[in-house]
Amino acid sequence: MDARALIVCAAMAVAAGLVGCFAVMRRMTLAADAFSHVALPGIGLALVFRLNPLIGALAALLAGSMLIWAIEGKTNLSTEAITGVVFSVALAIGSLTATGEELIDALFGAPGSMTIAETVFALVAALAVTGFILKARDRLLVSLVSTEVAIASGIGVASLQLSFLVAFAVTVALGMRYLGVLLMGSLIIIPATVAKRLARSIDGMFAIAIGSALVSTLLGSWIAALTVRPSGPIIVAIAGGLFFVSLLKS
Amino acid sequence: MPTELPNQDAALGGAVLEVSHLSVSFDHTAILADLSFTVARGASLAVIGPNGSGKTVLFRALIGAIQYEGTIRWAPGTKFGYVPQKLDIERDLPITGRDLLRAKLTISHAAKEEALHALERVDLREEVLVKPIGSMSGGQFQRLLVAFALIGKPDVLLLDEPAAGVDAPGQEALNAALRRLQQEEAITTLLISHDLSVVYRYASSVLCLARERSCIGPPQVVLTPERLSEIYGTPISFHLHDDHGR
Repeated sequence: MDARALIVCAAMAVAAGLVGCFAVMRRMTLAADAFSHVALPGIGLALVFRLNPLIGALAALLAGSMLIWAIEGKTNLSTEAITGVVFSVALAIGSLTATGEELIDALFGAPGSMTIAETVFALVAALAVTGFILKARDRLLVSLVSTEVAIASGIGVASLQLSFLVAFAVTVALGMRYLGVLLMGSLIIIPATVAKRLARSIDGMFAIAIGSALVSTLLGSWIAALTVRPSGPIIVAIAGGLFFVSLLKS
Repeated sequence: MPTELPNQDAALGGAVLEVSHLSVSFDHTAILADLSFTVARGASLAVIGPNGSGKTVLFRALIGAIQYEGTIRWAPGTKFGYVPQKLDIERDLPITGRDLLRAKLTISHAAKEEALHALERVDLREEVLVKPIGSMSGGQFQRLLVAFALIGKPDVLLLDEPAAGVDAPGQEALNAALRRLQQEEAITTLLISHDLSVVYRYASSVLCLARERSCIGPPQVVLTPERLSEIYGTPISFHLHDDHGR
């Protein structure tokens, strides 16, 4: 595994671990997994127009997060319910717009080295997501405990929610290259779930989630390179293993 | 959800809050209709009424969390702290009391000493803060929320049944802390409560919300058996403890 891929994997794992902490605490676990499927129609359309699938995936995820946020503001439906609807529709449109090997690669990740442009995008995006979560952690934490308390504390809850959904969308797109969008949802959720079980403070949760995501990603990528197998399933299998180990804690 | 913040520009004389012709509806069902009242600076307003009469909805409108018709005017620069009803917190959430207070210090750009002072005022020991909030007792968590609300030096505290679901000693500690805040620091308090004896003893005025007719006045006037049975639709009496009586 080359140094460039190693750095990208590490940056992706840090972003996924951090975003996952709030997704798990906000009880968005299933919604988060389903949300990654929103990338499908974008990937399909990008392939039709011979664009980089990453651009299509990112555009679809951003549009999806805007749509979910707008519906959430207009109705009293939960994020989970709205994501369920948007995800199903996206899946239907996605399967109509594209088929083929490239789509499979986008879904499950592809081996091989990244282009310079892909590397730069991945690093900038991972840095932006990490920076956002660390900067917004206090606001996210208070709005998690109570929306009313957050509003009374002067937090713009609606814009914070949109920013979080966008950070989530960017993180999913970030993982597309190595894990594929379907498995990236798992890398966001599983390390954070491990951390929720083991941690007793928010800093502890961040540290354990990032650590678990890094171990899964780096170890998984190394084993994948050794065995010449796709990296995504191995990474998720290792994360799943860590979760089962965390169950040993009473 | 996009929200419209209450207007803070108008001059209100000695009042900290002026509400006029406030109406809130959900799905075409009126929850609050044409409600008007003012709150003087330093006053302690208790909000009473049967379940479903819109007490929490009123508070949510006052902080700008929901859309409404009519006007809500806070005195310019008013800062408020909000203490919600018992929150449904997951027991295994890895958020400690310290995490929560540290978050409020950052958000309100306050110094660490403010958190320590707030803890003293609600009589909560610092050691409790290392516990995850889900494993605190009901009384500890509610006092933590009051301490949270006090950081940032609010002029007004909105307390939505802060003692609900808290055991008797916890209620006593919470009520004592609130009483000190109101009497010693003259913070304006708006308190939703079902405990009419607490309301009678500590409120300077009482706002009763009832579907047919809302009213506001001093506790001695509003909390009469006739008025109460009119508000609740059933005869109501409450017991005043002599040791705390006015």
